[in-house]
Amino acid sequence: MMERPVVERRAAALIDHTTAIQAENVHAWFDRLHALRGITMTIPERKVTAVIGPSGCGKSTFLRCLNRMHELVPGARVSGAVLMDGRDIYTPGVDPVQVRRRVGMVFQKPNPFPTMTIYENVAAGLTLAGEGSRKTLDEIVEQSLRAAALWDEVKDRLRKPGTSLSGGQQQRLCIARALAVSPEVLLMDEPASALDPASTLRIEELARDLAKDITIVIVTHNMQQAARVSDFTAFLLDGELVEYGPTNDLFTKPRERRTEDYITGRFG
Amino acid sequence: MIATRPAPGPVEEPSARTGDRQFRVLLATMAAAVPVVIGAILVALISAAWPAIHRFGAHFFVTSTWDPVAGTFGVLPFIYGTLVSSALALLLAIPLGLGVAIFLSELTPGWLRTPVGFFVELLAAIPSVVIGLWGIFVLVPWVRTTLEPVLKSALGFLPLFSGPPLGIGMLAAGLILSVMVVPFIVAVSTEVMRAVPSGQREAARALGATGWETTRTAVLPYARSGIIGAIFLALARALGETMAVTMVIGNVPQIKASLFAPAYTIPAVIANEFTEATDDLYVAALIYAGLVLFIVTVAVNALARLLVNRAARGPSVIRE
Ligand SMILES: Nc1ncnc2c1ncn2[C@@H]1O[C@H](COP(=O)(O)OP(=O)(O)O)[C@@H](O)[C@H]1O
Ligand SMILES: [Mg+2]
Repeated sequence: MMERPVVERRAAALIDHTTAIQAENVHAWFDRLHALRGITMTIPERKVTAVIGPSGCGKSTFLRCLNRMHELVPGARVSGAVLMDGRDIYTPGVDPVQVRRRVGMVFQKPNPFPTMTIYENVAAGLTLAGEGSRKTLDEIVEQSLRAAALWDEVKDRLRKPGTSLSGGQQQRLCIARALAVSPEVLLMDEPASALDPASTLRIEELARDLAKDITIVIVTHNMQQAARVSDFTAFLLDGELVEYGPTNDLFTKPRERRTEDYITGRFG
Repeated sequence: MIATRPAPGPVEEPSARTGDRQFRVLLATMAAAVPVVIGAILVALISAAWPAIHRFGAHFFVTSTWDPVAGTFGVLPFIYGTLVSSALALLLAIPLGLGVAIFLSELTPGWLRTPVGFFVELLAAIPSVVIGLWGIFVLVPWVRTTLEPVLKSALGFLPLFSGPPLGIGMLAAGLILSVMVVPFIVAVSTEVMRAVPSGQREAARALGATGWETTRTAVLPYARSGIIGAIFLALARALGETMAVTMVIGNVPQIKASLFAPAYTIPAVIANEFTEATDDLYVAALIYAGLVLFIVTVAVNALARLLVNRAARGPSVIRE
């Protein structure tokens, strides 16, 4: 009886927002390994949604189901629906390439293309899409680097290799590269776990800033980070969504025993 | 100097340090041995070739006559045959080898890779005499009856494809060399492409790259220096290959624009004529030819490396 109003308030908090992505009963497999067991979850537009949970619980897999990257692993399979603008991205006939342009991704380890300059790295997605106009490229590269809070640091050395930057800068370069194709959603899979504390804070600030314009889904196994950056938090365990709601509520008044155990560090 | 320095802080076990030093000396000796051996070979070649070097000097490089009876020796047609047959081989083997390597590393499901890779490596293990026999009995007849007539009717207006289809000649040599170097290109390129971190492929995929675009933007550039290494290996093999080429190139020291015409290479002439070389000048001329092969190989490699370095300068050099 006590928890009913809380639940209702949480549901209301999500309903108040426009939906960017609606996952419905998403299951995922690696061969016979059942990695996701029916995730249903609404990701609100222009908010930061954090996905937390112990290592191996399926956070990365879930993220990769949202932009059809999961199916690239040999033997991998997905069922259920992922709706964007009311349309399932898994409908036959939907081009995964188009999905990935709308839903960008940043990985755990910064992965700039080592043979490309800083400029070429940022422009890579546009070049792939066939954008040839120098002027457009220049503009978008600058915009994206500014949005990734990297412009001031690299504007004088755009012709230097992307790998000449520090780890934190490389990760922001990868963010700029993802932003350059103007995605609606940016998936970030533990984007700061390979970085030092100062760079981590910059990435977190950046995630918050970006959420003014686009939807951010960030995976982290660092609960402080989830608490600092996100508006909503989802807690995954063994491929199931245990609890999902406004970050503040989830951390201060977890509904589920398992959530409480996890955030208080009693297992994991 | 050393005596006045204070003793180093952490005390090391003397025996471990001595072992360390001995090991380092051993490695340094072995490393130094490589240039010494190369130098010794060079000196031996020069002294054995001396009568010919003294007699023909630099003219040796630009003379087209090879006449043991008259005692006139020039290596130009052999240089030409060596370079052109190797270039032809690379021209055919690079696209084919890279294609197979891309297929093996990017498209082949795991269970198929091992058997296909095994057969490719098997191809590299076939003795060149055996490949030469296959060349004589299968490749050359096919070149004579099918390939050359087709090329002639389609592109016969080019001097490259003119003249009678003999089967034996430069084209057959280039083809057989390409068969022999393809496995090198495939084996090494497949390895370096498979060593490309998966994060690179995923980065391209996440930007909306298709499979082929991923290969082109993420895999090939990353693997570039390794692929170039594979091509150098193939080039070295092609320049030095003897048996199989001797069996199909026709062994005529001439410079003809047509790829249908017979030609001759430096390794082939050395292998064919060394046993029958009776007088000293003849032997010296053959050794001089060997020295030229040595120089040509080094020069081609240096030139190729220079071109590659120039093309790859700046951001294109992979840094880890
Ligand atoms: N490429 C893969 N092949 C097979 N199993 C995988 C692969 N990637 C992940 N898994 C398995 O799927 C489960 C979920 O993994 P993942 O989504 O990476 O977890 P998380 O990101 O939460 O640490 C784990 O049991 C993991 O071992
Ligand atoms: Mg993960």
